[in-house]
Amino acid sequence: MKCLVTGSNVKVLGKAVHSLSRIGDELYLEPLEDGLSLRTVNSSRSAYACFLFAPLFFQQYQAATPGQDQLRCKILMKSFLSVFRSLAMLEKTVEKCCISLNDRSSRLVVQLHCKYGVRKTHNLSFQDCESLQAVFDPALCPHVLRAPARVLVEAVLPFPPALAEVTLGIGHGRRVILRSYQEEEAEPGFLLLLSPPDSAIKAMVTEMSIGEEDFQQLQAQEGVAITFCLKEFRVRFLPCTHCPVHLSSLPSLHALLLPCQGLLSFAESANLSLSIHFDAPGRPAIFAIEDSLLDGHFVLATLSESDSHPQTLHAQEELQRPEPGPQAHSTPHLDLDDFAVDDMDSYMIAMETTTGSEGSRALPSISLSPGLQRPCSSSPHSEEEDDDMEPSTVPGTPPPKKFRSLFFGSILAPAHSPQGPSPVLAEDSEGEG
Amino acid sequence: MPLLTQRIPDENDYCLVASLDNVRNLSTILKAIHFREHATCFATKNGIKVTVENAKCVQANAFIQAGIFQEFRVQEESVTFRINLTVLLDCLSIFGSSPVPVFVSIAGTFTALRMCYQGYGYPLMLFLEEGGVVTVCKINTQEPEETLDFDFCSTNVINKIILQSEGLREAFSELDMTSEVLQITMSPDKPYFRLSTFGNAGSSHLDYPKDSDLMELFHCNETQVNRYKISLLKPSTKALVLSCKVSIRTDNRGFLSLQYMIRNEDGQICFVEYYCCPDEEVPDS
Repeated sequence: MKCLVTGSNVKVLGKAVHSLSRIGDELYLEPLEDGLSLRTVNSSRSAYACFLFAPLFFQQYQAATPGQDQLRCKILMKSFLSVFRSLAMLEKTVEKCCISLNDRSSRLVVQLHCKYGVRKTHNLSFQDCESLQAVFDPALCPHVLRAPARVLVEAVLPFPPALAEVTLGIGHGRRVILRSYQEEEAEPGFLLLLSPPDSAIKAMVTEMSIGEEDFQQLQAQEGVAITFCLKEFRVRFLPCTHCPVHLSSLPSLHALLLPCQGLLSFAESANLSLSIHFDAPGRPAIFAIEDSLLDGHFVLATLSESDSHPQTLHAQEELQRPEPGPQAHSTPHLDLDDFAVDDMDSYMIAMETTTGSEGSRALPSISLSPGLQRPCSSSPHSEEEDDDMEPSTVPGTPPPKKFRSLFFGSILAPAHSPQGPSPVLAEDSEGEG
Repeated sequence: MPLLTQRIPDENDYCLVASLDNVRNLSTILKAIHFREHATCFATKNGIKVTVENAKCVQANAFIQAGIFQEFRVQEESVTFRINLTVLLDCLSIFGSSPVPVFVSIAGTFTALRMCYQGYGYPLMLFLEEGGVVTVCKINTQEPEETLDFDFCSTNVINKIILQSEGLREAFSELDMTSEVLQITMSPDKPYFRLSTFGNAGSSHLDYPKDSDLMELFHCNETQVNRYKISLLKPSTKALVLSCKVSIRTDNRGFLSLQYMIRNEDGQICFVEYYCCPDEEVPDS
């Protein structure tokens, strides 16, 4: 395999590597007839990313040396990234980049031809590997949002970097709304079902509203909502209780979005549109960019809410009933929050343990298949027993939240009913703690 | 004891007196060799040489010639003392070390320095003045230690290259530190001048053609491949960053000399020099 990248495309390649490096520790490089593919998967195998650079992207592209088998290789992300570490330098000094994969030397050779005739040659050791391929098809996702990356980047920009989560939803008049997410809201917002794990109440709510006209495609019903964890780069898709009519019919899915930022900045620099494809809970969400020279797909496992434990189901039923007002559901709401968080954490652990036996070895293919089951963990069980002794807490409350429940249970139980305004106070105290 | 001396010493009691209008002309150069705690200072009528050594394998010398100072007097043939370089640098930047912004850069905003040394056993006295405020620092001096003599003689130099520092700066900042050594190849034929590392991820080579615009001088007589401990050479990056040109020389034993030309804020030229002995013999391939 031999390919030559010149001019500004070197930086594009570098940027792609940077955005892949946000996901996985290993890079799978596979020269195909229809282009050079760079892929990675994260250690818990909940996020997968791939870029395919078309032959036209290169000044010269040769997938396989005549008479030789096609090679593919796996290298440490860190070592490949070190070649492209400084993007400013790539732009300033590198004139062309030549990547060649040679079976004889068993080295991946990356050569950078720089200004003043300086030449950098990196001989990177690699491992043979199977092809890494996630099973996904954006065409099967019923919901699609597509907008120039610039629109999305600008929309995310005003949010403080420390902010944990941002909600993206389709509001009335099919406006796309981005809002800093708060667990407790004075009025029923998008998210009554879920709360961020670190539900620090922010003193300020930021909201951005983008008109439908800024989107090239908006194929989703009003009421669909996604919550990004800006900080941890997570996204959750969930129904909007604002529109109870849609509630039962709407997709409710929680996705873990790790690389959003990486792909977003890549897409912006390449002046591309980003489309977000998503489906029912537990189905992978696909973030895609496409252009004539390259395409990129980031696929993220989503958490299946309906498959989770009975308490959640029960709670959902509660919510799905027509609700008289926000104050009436304050306690079930809190519990729901707790369950959702519990789900998320257990989910992460489940991913790690199930793939633990596979280790970091290359798999022929990975499948981010639907219906990730919530594991039967025994620890919530013991919590339940503890909780039972507290009259104001609810069985199944996970440990991090239990502290709050205990604390306010003891203080507020004699004076107030837990259905009162106390949950708001509870949030404040946790935010400080 | 000297510290308890009550008598205010006369000007003539000092064997070394040096004054400087802008202390940064001194502190910048000293920072370029600050990779160990202690330094040995030699003062002669030509100026001051400050030497820092590590592992008996690498030596850095900073030369601050007499002309850099506004006043420079040495009473004896030579004055030698050892000093804690970290403390000295802290004292020199006691009024802050950041460059003065242009809009307040009127006369008097520089920190001025007067440095006096009475002789063996006495502390080094620093009088620092900025905007009418004077700070007096006394830094205890120590027994001077024998410094290494690398016996690097220009007549034994085999290969010599002068490069614009710009071309080497990035290379040194991006050195693969998982590699134990930096291999330097200098040759009259291809690859002319090559820096190689052999790290966990694989090897990398950085080649400079001899006709590159970065190359000010290329005098290579025979092919030499030498390895130097990367941990010993890495500190020279400090000098490299400040310098405008660097001269790279190797002698017949494979010893390496790196000379950095540093231009100070007043446009004067100072030199910082690094010597390093080779790591091991590399069999000719």
